Amino acid sequence: MDKVQVLLLLATALFTLGLTGVVIRRNVLVMLMCMELMLNGVNLSLVAFAHQLGEAVGAVLVFLVFVVATAEIAVAIPIVLLLVRRKRTLDLEAFSDLKG
Amino acid sequence: MIETVLASLDTVFLYAFAGCAFLSAALMLFLKEPMRVALALISCMVFLGGVYGLLGVHFIAAFQVLIYVGAVMVFMVYAIMLLDPRDESMKVRYSHFLWPGAVGYVLLVEALAAGVMNDLPGPPRGPAGEPFSLKAFSEAFLSEYWLHFELTSVLLVAAVVAALAVIRVNRKESRG
Repeated sequence: MDKVQVLLLLATALFTLGLTGVVIRRNVLVMLMCMELMLNGVNLSLVAFAHQLGEAVGAVLVFLVFVVATAEIAVAIPIVLLLVRRKRTLDLEAFSDLKG
Repeated sequence: MIETVLASLDTVFLYAFAGCAFLSAALMLFLKEPMRVALALISCMVFLGGVYGLLGVHFIAAFQVLIYVGAVMVFMVYAIMLLDPRDESMKVRYSHFLWPGAVGYVLLVEALAAGVMNDLPGPPRGPAGEPFSLKAFSEAFLSEYWLHFELTSVLLVAAVVAALAVIRVNRKESRG
């Protein structure tokens, strides 16, 4: 198996593990961390493709993903803290009345 | 003998880092306490940084450690420390979606892995395995992709404004 292929498999594994974590975990902070894991998987695939093609496009996209991840966390953590202040718990089930 | 080992040392380290990253990512699904999950994620990111370094993109490895581990995860750990450890959700690990999630996981892995294994990426167009230099990257970043660069700065400004708006909502509620 090729090196790039192994890296792509790892990227797939990281992305799916993150997605599964978002679906099955109950703690809101843990779900946020699983989203970060998904972004890391995408980053790895971008780096693997950039390595294979010898072009800078992948690296540029990786930097954009860095910025998106940082912005996501900067907005998501205050929201989580607000939710916790209101419900006194991080449990996802407690927030089901947000469905409207 | 030693020369062959030394020549393949890069590959050995690459696979070792990749395996460790996968293990710590898998641990994230099974650990109960958020702080341990955060530590598993941090180790996963550090191992990924090692993978990037071994691939020859050292600046991405540096930024992976600086931005992800240094900024994002420190923020996350800080938020975990702010919260109440007696919270019930720290004890219960999984939601109702455990089994649908697991089945979906297996199907998704099958689909994606089949895609990766079957559709072999074509042979490298450029010089094989030759990593692009930081110079080429910077030139492409600021000349060819300047629009994306500006768009991300707009995104950052929007995120800052949004965070301030969230805090403002909080203040109004606590006053009223």
